[in-house]
Amino acid sequence: MNTKVTIAGVEFKNPIMTASGTFGSGMEYGEFVDLNKLGAVVTKGVALTPWTGNPTPRVCETQAGMMNAIGLQNPGIDTFIERDLKFLSQYNTKIIVNVCGKSVEEYVGVVERLADTDVDMLEINVSCPNVKEGAIAFGQNADMLYSVTKEVKAHAKQPIIMKLSPNVTDITEMAKAAEAAGSDAISLINTITAMKIDIYKRDFALANKTGGLSGPAIKPIAVRMVYQVANAVNIPIIGMGGVSNYEDVIEFMMAGATAVAIGAMNFHNPYATEEAIHGIEHFMEKQGIDDINNIIGCVK
Amino acid sequence: MGKIKECAVVISQEKLATDIYSMWINTNIAKEAKPGQFISVYTKNEAKLLPRPISICEIDDKKTALRIVYRKAGKGTEEFSKYRSGASVNILGPLGNGFPLCDEKAILIGGGIGIPPMLELAKALESEKTIVVGYRNSEMFLNNDLACYGKLVVATEDGSVGTKGNVIDAIREQNVSGSVIYACGPIPMLRGVKEYAKEKGIKAYISMEEKMACGVGACLGCVCKSTNVDDHSKVNNKRICADGPVFNAEDIEL
Repeated sequence: MNTKVTIAGVEFKNPIMTASGTFGSGMEYGEFVDLNKLGAVVTKGVALTPWTGNPTPRVCETQAGMMNAIGLQNPGIDTFIERDLKFLSQYNTKIIVNVCGKSVEEYVGVVERLADTDVDMLEINVSCPNVKEGAIAFGQNADMLYSVTKEVKAHAKQPIIMKLSPNVTDITEMAKAAEAAGSDAISLINTITAMKIDIYKRDFALANKTGGLSGPAIKPIAVRMVYQVANAVNIPIIGMGGVSNYEDVIEFMMAGATAVAIGAMNFHNPYATEEAIHGIEHFMEKQGIDDINNIIGCVK
Repeated sequence: MGKIKECAVVISQEKLATDIYSMWINTNIAKEAKPGQFISVYTKNEAKLLPRPISICEIDDKKTALRIVYRKAGKGTEEFSKYRSGASVNILGPLGNGFPLCDEKAILIGGGIGIPPMLELAKALESEKTIVVGYRNSEMFLNNDLACYGKLVVATEDGSVGTKGNVIDAIREQNVSGSVIYACGPIPMLRGVKEYAKEKGIKAYISMEEKMACGVGACLGCVCKSTNVDDHSKVNNKRICADGPVFNAEDIEL
């Protein structure tokens, strides 16, 4: 039975990854799952300098989901390389670093700092809905997405993955722009911009007023977008958005994803990633699937 | 053993006051639990993704069971309040750092639903202690349990029991003294505790609360403002779930 998948020449032992921002750099969840078993750990976004993030409350629960407005708090690239990367390098898993910035120069700066490290791929965050500058501003306009992709690709030593926002009119336009500019892969979807009001306090549930919605509630939207993008571009897709278990992973792969990331579900079930890996193997065995690659995009 | 998520078994459930419930749970988490730590409690409704962080009120002598005393504040905690003996409950823990145990004359301060963690702390502290608790009115809870472990001083907002006012008013009125403070309660209370400790030149350890998601330090959802740049975050934020919930009051901006 083969569960290996390959994206831009990087081979993953299985298609299970962690969605950026939900798993730190693996340190905290290493108490619950064997990081060696994961296809890849996708780190929380890192910028050139430390970012403070947004005021609290930063998270709230919604029906079958949650909203967050962390605001990309991160310790900056220096600490990240010294501490987080050093930690992750001990494990036999692929490392994908989520890169954020307030300007093209900042993305490039981070990418250059990671050039001579053990990092396998770079996920470029042009889709965080919770920061005012950069991030989503680059991901909601095809021309801007094209130029930031082009610039980052020119400076990146590792293959790049542009992480797309669902908060656009036509996600395929963004995917095509990323592909045209040389992105090696695409990941989608980031969270959906949302709002919750506490009717007893007559106030927003999040200090940031809006936040990104994630969790099972958004899964059907994510599956639809993965399917649309898979039919619009020829580069591999990492699918995410409300993935709870192996059945969801298979669904995303059938829609066209080569790998699948588990995000908010880690908060509900810290063992979710490892359980999904076992689930996939059982599913393949029961369904007589020899190679996981055979199901990628099998639903046309 | 470290942190685990497990399907534990409810031993008993008791209503202590309006919307205040006490639940004893048989769990392996009790083995390593310490006063001031908390557990994440999950509802059985799959549409409710996030756990409810609830402080540990007591750990039994054999280290096989935990007691939580919690407020029914929404649909999640309402579900917990309906669990009866023998029911299963999904919990994650032990989480957070817990209170440092100092061998000094101590003042334990609990306000409202911040009172429960003071019980296990009172049991664990061997030094002389005064336990100051604040309630809205005469509907008290855990006061009898706490009185077994130290001198109990009560403040009520309406003045129906003890000092009329807040916990600091009670400390001043009843001449409570000590060289270390442990406190858990609403932010305005903690602010008052911090100021009082500064005025008296004594240490204060405060337990913080915030909306949480992961509960283990990964998501950075539940941060509080720190006085200095934090060693982990490299900014003026500390993670309440992982670096706390107990902090030296001097280290936190309230």
